[in-house]
Amino acid sequence: MSGQDPVAIFRIEARDLLEQVELDLLTLAERQDDRETIDAVFRSLHTLKGSGAMFGFDALAAFTHHCETAFDRVRKGEVAASPALISAVLAARDHMRALAEGEPTEPGVEEALLDDLRRAVDGAGAAPVSTPPSAKTWRVRFSLPPETFVNGGRPLPLLDELRDLGPCEVTAVTDGVPAVEDLNPTDCRLAWDVVVTTEQPRSAIEDVFIFVIDDMTLDITEVVDEPAAQAVAEVVPDAKVAAIEPPKAANSDAPPAEGRPRVAEMLRVPAERLDELMDRVGELVIAQSRLKQVAASSSDQNLMTVSEQIEQLASELREIMMVVRMVPVGQLFGRFRRLIHDLAIETGKTINFATDGETTELDKTIIERLADPLVHLIRNAADHGLETPEQRKASGKPETGHILLAARQSGAEVVITITDDGRGVDRARVRAKAEENGLIQPGQVLTDNELLQLIFAPGFSTATAVTNLSGRGVGMDVVKKTIEGLRGAIEITSTPGQGSVVSLRIPLTLAIIDGLLVRVGASRYVIPLSSVEECVELPVEQDLRSAGRSLVTLRDQLVPFIRLRQMFNTGQEPDPHQKIVVVSTGQERVGLVVDQILGDHQTVIKPLSPFHAAVGAFSGATILGDGGVALILDIGCLVAAGQRPDAQLRAAG
Amino acid sequence: MIADNANDPIEALTFDLHGETFALEAGLVREVLDLLPETAVPGAPPFVGAVINFRGRVIPLVDLRVAFELDAPPPTIDSRIVVIEHPLDGEPTLIGLRADKVHEVTAIDRAVTEDAPRVGLKWRADFIRFLARRNGDVIVIPDLEQIFAARGQTAVVTPLHPSQS
Repeated sequence: MSGQDPVAIFRIEARDLLEQVELDLLTLAERQDDRETIDAVFRSLHTLKGSGAMFGFDALAAFTHHCETAFDRVRKGEVAASPALISAVLAARDHMRALAEGEPTEPGVEEALLDDLRRAVDGAGAAPVSTPPSAKTWRVRFSLPPETFVNGGRPLPLLDELRDLGPCEVTAVTDGVPAVEDLNPTDCRLAWDVVVTTEQPRSAIEDVFIFVIDDMTLDITEVVDEPAAQAVAEVVPDAKVAAIEPPKAANSDAPPAEGRPRVAEMLRVPAERLDELMDRVGELVIAQSRLKQVAASSSDQNLMTVSEQIEQLASELREIMMVVRMVPVGQLFGRFRRLIHDLAIETGKTINFATDGETTELDKTIIERLADPLVHLIRNAADHGLETPEQRKASGKPETGHILLAARQSGAEVVITITDDGRGVDRARVRAKAEENGLIQPGQVLTDNELLQLIFAPGFSTATAVTNLSGRGVGMDVVKKTIEGLRGAIEITSTPGQGSVVSLRIPLTLAIIDGLLVRVGASRYVIPLSSVEECVELPVEQDLRSAGRSLVTLRDQLVPFIRLRQMFNTGQEPDPHQKIVVVSTGQERVGLVVDQILGDHQTVIKPLSPFHAAVGAFSGATILGDGGVALILDIGCLVAAGQRPDAQLRAAG
Repeated sequence: MIADNANDPIEALTFDLHGETFALEAGLVREVLDLLPETAVPGAPPFVGAVINFRGRVIPLVDLRVAFELDAPPPTIDSRIVVIEHPLDGEPTLIGLRADKVHEVTAIDRAVTEDAPRVGLKWRADFIRFLARRNGDVIVIPDLEQIFAARGQTAVVTPLHPSQS
């Protein structure tokens, strides 16, 4: 990590901090007097200011300073965290982000934001002028690690900040400085002894050091009954200092190490390194299954033992790797609170947004790719789903609309639902629109589910009024494509007048799946195990009588089936006992006729080149134990293909 | 990517496709492989009818003979796969090219090269970057960009720049 650009590291840190600030501010908007959150915002801003100054983001530091000051007053109870103040700081936060990212900012923006902030602070008023008279004198001794300068740290801003707290006497302690010949000028060997008199609590002094505290030594003690000047007079001799300090130190607040909750140690790793590691693990899994085959065909007991051990290790490694890449969906959900905040203002609707299951984890890549579809779905819910307060009132509902974004794990999938309590999908309009667009025949009989699924058809949009937010034609079909691209599925249920639920079923990871290895003709294919419902034998009489229809009865239900042999044109005699693998996406089922089921296979998914993107029936490829390549079947595509002739049959008969 | 660097000779790998000699800039070539097991992709056009396992990666196997309407004789002991790296839809992609026989890397002098003639050629003109004369023979330097963009379809559908000169 040391080789990384410190500025880049700062940017990452700033991004995290600002994200946290945003979340906290939105929490504050709901619970104005939540002390902990107020403190958290203050601390984040403070850290941002300090780190910004250290890394040369002076404009950012200066600007952040104002927000920090405002929040300091909130913290002291001088000013209430009014909605106006929160909005002002939210807007300021966006500006800080721009500053941190080095984006160009328009002149005057900063002034306007600060004016807003000032107005909000003044407006919030309720500033009791009761300054706590108890000015105390503190002796602060600290030293920074020797490599501070190398890492871009600067002690001066720390001293400046201490000085901001109150009258201050600073003495440099030079005991640690070696003789000139041993001196490395880039090492920080100085320590400081500061006596500061301030009305602020001890935590204010600790806050000065908040972002360097991990590596430094810091000692804060209260100087009782000793005028500051006198204390300074006898600075350096350590023995005396100790004598001046009464054992009161133990009485005062807990030392910083205990005061700050120790979070489990975290490590920041660039995502590409994880991807690389993932690739290697994938190749290891392939090599391992090759070894397993070699071992199985040999009678060498030792080889078999080693092979088994490696199999065990590889599968553990794979599991760990998957966990490493998992991040809680809360990260993603958090972003939408801001979206809702803005949507509420734009649409004039009152929206209550709740999230559930934020700790559910998903692969990082998937989380990133889910962001856009979710934005779209939430916008839809807010814009089309929820009614205006007047409409809601008229239909006897509370004026505030609710949107719930929830996640939960179910097996190897995560189910994300977006629930709104709005007007629900207008079936008549969906039908009219679909007929207009030629998606269905006028008067065609459809089940309710089929009707709802039309929403996901390309080029479909029911919004009569195209608003700024949604209904720009790129609609749910794009969402559906993205979700299917993640090997997931999307479904919608809706009750008129009561709202809609959109559910996304997403696999936990993209890189490795459990698959069912089958043979069709001479080629082998992988079917994602998660979509396999069951495997049955294709009855011989069914097989022979297949001319007119390709339907098999499974537990009193007709299931259409596809002969992969025909579809793939293998041009060979089929095996006498063919099998049907029944697969499903959502409620649609289809049987795939294969020659042989070879067993389950842990599959590392390799993408196909753009050359084969148009083929459609395959979602990727994988390398088998013997070095051969097997194509992974795209179930969504096959099911659609299987349903088509079936739908025609039903329409005809 | 066209090395229009004045008159520098082009270092190129030459190979045969059904009696015709083709050449690719050596810088594109990653590796020359003996034939390996192929996996047919059902439904894919013959131009990219299969994929192969190239060192743990699944890469498409392109048959340039389709683009140049050449017959494809059954593989011989000389058949090879030339693995190149070439951008595809903006992403650098490893692609295998079938070759009936691979020759040496030679320097092709820009002085002996010329653009494909507009007439008298049965091939799509935009599939050819230029032709080079050598010992009374002609070497074809294909325009992979165009060929890949057209997915090897010989019927002119929508050439990128139709009047290539």
